[in-house]
Amino acid sequence: MSNAPAIVAAQEPIVSTPVAILELVRGHRRITAAFALVALLFLVAILSPVISPHDPLAVRPDDSYLPPLSPGHALGTDELGRDLLSRVLWGARVSLPVAFVAVAVGLFAGGLIGLVSGYAGGIADLLLMRLVDALLAFPGLILAIAIVAALGPGLRNAMIAIGIVAVPVYARLVRAVVLQLKQMEFIAAARALGASPMRVVVRHLIPNLLNPIIVQVSLSAGFAILAEATLSFLGLGAQLPTPDWGQMINSGASFLANDPWLAIVPGAAISITVFSFNLLGDSLRDALDPRLRS
Amino acid sequence: MGFAHLLEVDDLHTQLAVKDGIVRAVDGVSFSIDAGETLGIVGESGSGKSMTALSILRLLPRSGSVVSGKVTFKGRVLTDLSEDEMEAIRGTEIAMIFQDPMTSLNPVYRIGLQVGEPLRIHRHVDTRRSIASAVDLFKKVGIPDAPKRVKQFPHMFSGGMSQRAMIAMGLSTSPSLLIADEPTTALDVTIQAQILELLRTLNREYGMATILITHNLGVVAGMCDRVIVMYAGRVVEQGATADVFARPEHPYTWSLLRSIPRLDVDVDEPLKPIEGSPPDMTRLPTGCKFAPRCPFAVPRCASEEPELLPVRNQLSRCWVTQGGVSLDSAPD
Repeated sequence: MSNAPAIVAAQEPIVSTPVAILELVRGHRRITAAFALVALLFLVAILSPVISPHDPLAVRPDDSYLPPLSPGHALGTDELGRDLLSRVLWGARVSLPVAFVAVAVGLFAGGLIGLVSGYAGGIADLLLMRLVDALLAFPGLILAIAIVAALGPGLRNAMIAIGIVAVPVYARLVRAVVLQLKQMEFIAAARALGASPMRVVVRHLIPNLLNPIIVQVSLSAGFAILAEATLSFLGLGAQLPTPDWGQMINSGASFLANDPWLAIVPGAAISITVFSFNLLGDSLRDALDPRLRS
Repeated sequence: MGFAHLLEVDDLHTQLAVKDGIVRAVDGVSFSIDAGETLGIVGESGSGKSMTALSILRLLPRSGSVVSGKVTFKGRVLTDLSEDEMEAIRGTEIAMIFQDPMTSLNPVYRIGLQVGEPLRIHRHVDTRRSIASAVDLFKKVGIPDAPKRVKQFPHMFSGGMSQRAMIAMGLSTSPSLLIADEPTTALDVTIQAQILELLRTLNREYGMATILITHNLGVVAGMCDRVIVMYAGRVVEQGATADVFARPEHPYTWSLLRSIPRLDVDVDEPLKPIEGSPPDMTRLPTGCKFAPRCPFAVPRCASEEPELLPVRNQLSRCWVTQGGVSLDSAPD
């Protein structure tokens, strides 16, 4: 069966024509699976008050350190007897919105920088790109930690910090695509037919940017989840007693030797979430790229 | 309306800033075109023909600028208009179509929507009516099955159909001048013929003047009333197509015509390319720019640049023919 992978590869549909997102979902199982996973995560976040078996903050000292699969506590309890399943479900309500807002901050600020930089060029491009280079000079997480340290701990500042870290990614992505699109004749044609520069940007450039941006959004959502967990783990993000995955790992870390599930359960939640977003981003990229190249 | 010509270009100078200095991409070009006329601009890559067109529409790349000269269209001096006034002229009075139809259409929009865009920009027509107009325009430019085709995306169009769609877009506001920049270069030969035939029909039916930019002399011969031959940013020969083709009065035109492979000679006959390569635009020779490649060059050609002066029925920028020497006494 040494040639099995080759056969599988050959059977994969080759997307050489642009298709609507919905058609992609139908034609691509990986995208469908990834979409389903991400949708499930959002559903969990929205429905957690309804589907959680317990109050995530209810302290029951008698029930502390129950292992997973205990009656009434499917994933066990922590050192204060709080139900881990409920806490993990509620944790989605913290992580997903943070990731969402952070990505939105990065996309909006970075996209604007990239658009101006790529379309205007010249001195504006030079200055903006040096600003972006300066941001890129710091490792992402270190920069986020530094920003939160400066602004003060808390979820709102964590969102801002993670958003700022995402700015260079979007600025460079958008700039690169805009530079490429600017050479396309339909931009010149639109100008030649009397479209104003604003109309060219809004009607012709931005719609063509959506594909690469959609891919990047799902990829950086994964990063944002991880970054938020890291900041919370370090005590810079969500504050007690908010049930947050990073913070749960932090408090669970003290009990790794005897009761490892305290850290493993939130860790698994983070892994699954990051994996879902990365799977979505990767599969979208694979599906959309051939079209961009053609 | 009291203007002499539809479009008049007078001593146009356009410069491009490049890494190695300044390129005089268009250097003192003058010509005019009347309503209903077809003018060909011929030259090899980098001869300034596209830059001339972009200068007229004021759509030069950022590095380029018109440094002097005047472009007058229907009595209005385009070179003096504000950017807003210019935008109102582009796509209504003057339309331009480009070389590569496959990238001239925005891949994310349905074609009907794009073809109707000039109507929405300039005539403030709503989306539905602009698409209805696109259906009519598709019929005019010979795209079959128009009601279905307007709903398709650019990737579903072949090159020839895309170019027809581009022409339809240009026609939507009934401009009085169409500038076609190498409209058939990216198409295969049978489709080229169809597109040229379409342009000719539209030119005749709507009295729309056409500037046809090309490096294909055959296209000029079949399409144009008059022709301008450009070399290194200058007009080297200008005249009625029949005159220029029958008896070129500039060695560059002469060489171009001679380099066309012919079907009626022996296949063993070697091709006759123009020796050398186009000059480096940042370091142009003094004197005649074609002199280094010219089989007729005399010593004076290398030191003094000739003017564009009448020779027989046309204008030529050449010391040799201006001196009365015939290019028929060809050195081989």
